[in-house]
Amino acid sequence: MALSAVTKSVSKFTYNTFFKRESVYFSTVVVGAVAFSIYFNSAVDNWWDNRNKGKQWKDIKDKYVKPAEE
Amino acid sequence: MFSRGTAKFFKSAVGSASKRFSTESNAKASASNLLFKASVATAVGSGISLWYLNKNTAHADMQADGLHPPHYNFPHTTLLGTFDHASIRRGFQVFKEVCAACHSLDHVHWRNLIDVAFTEDEVKELAAEYEYEDGPNDQGEMFMRPGKPSDPFPKPYPNEEAARAANAGAFPPDLSLITKARHGGADYVYSLITGYCDPPAGVEIREGLNYNPYFPGGAIAMAQNIFDGVVEYEDGTPATASQIAKDVTTFLGWASEPELDDRKKLGVKAVLLFSTLTALSLWIKRNRFSSLKNRKIVFNPPSNWNTPTKK
Ligand code: HEC
Repeated sequence: MALSAVTKSVSKFTYNTFFKRESVYFSTVVVGAVAFSIYFNSAVDNWWDNRNKGKQWKDIKDKYVKPAEE
Repeated sequence: MFSRGTAKFFKSAVGSASKRFSTESNAKASASNLLFKASVATAVGSGISLWYLNKNTAHADMQADGLHPPHYNFPHTTLLGTFDHASIRRGFQVFKEVCAACHSLDHVHWRNLIDVAFTEDEVKELAAEYEYEDGPNDQGEMFMRPGKPSDPFPKPYPNEEAARAANAGAFPPDLSLITKARHGGADYVYSLITGYCDPPAGVEIREGLNYNPYFPGGAIAMAQNIFDGVVEYEDGTPATASQIAKDVTTFLGWASEPELDDRKKLGVKAVLLFSTLTALSLWIKRNRFSSLKNRKIVFNPPSNWNTPTKK
């Protein structure tokens, strides 16, 4: 299959499954936004925590939290 | 429709117009070329001057302006670094045991330290070591009670006059925002508290003042109070003077900018997202405009154009 045929069928599929009906389109936007923000935030947070390893409170707090007494 | 004359006129008009357009766009191109060269020259020139000024901090009146502090590598003053929270914790101990005798810290409440350098239980114990006035009770009297996490850090003096009276007329400034309030920030505070030395020959320091080259004017009312071993750290860090100064400076940096860690992380996210969105919107603009930009308007005369039909 030529590349143009592939892109054509991909965009046809995308159009038919996500864009054709307003209700599906709207839900795609909402679900996509939530999924992206979860993924994006956790990816940046992981990178950030790794870059600043050992300096942040969560890295040192175990030394100071007393085990819970009953 | 059109006579022959009109057609000729139209053709020549199109021809000269396209010629005119092309010369005009050449003129435009050379003008923008000149602008580009001028901008590059300006950027390079001012860049070199700024670099020169930055590398050569010596200037005529360093005695009056204060010595320019050297740059220290505090992790939180780097572009993508957070505070070293173990250092904040030690620095708070230094502040409490040394600086709090003279300086207030009005904007810090005990609860601010929770999950920054201390656990909630530790903060409750720390606050309870101090007595606060509260009330009135049902008899209408004020009473003293142990501190709570919602209380502010205690002040050493009830008012400015008392502070001045106890410090030979000089007022120890509130340190909540000191790294923001001084040129040089953390570097200045660190240099100031470690920078005491004998005055150079010929410089007279009045009784009760101390020589410090980093303080504008050179004579400061605060005496040196950071020495090796002036505190003892619970985590076993050797309490050298420079370590103590670094820790208290980090703590004061946190007090000035408690939002710094989150702000930087959010900044990274914003730059990533907005640069992607900008690139995307530029691409979409090109995509949508390509059909218009590639369009060529041509006048195609009908084949019988030159032989108007006779009636
Ligand atoms: C004995 C009282 C005393 C103690 C203890 C003390 N200071 Fe000071 N401090 C002062 C006084 C008084 C001034 C005002 C100096 C002046 O204006 O000449 C001052 C000024 C300052 C300044 C402001 C300098 C400026 O640029 O205006 C800083 C920063 C400072 N102190 C930091 C500290 C730190 C950090 C500690 C703890 C390690 C500390 N001080 C401990 C009395 C004290």
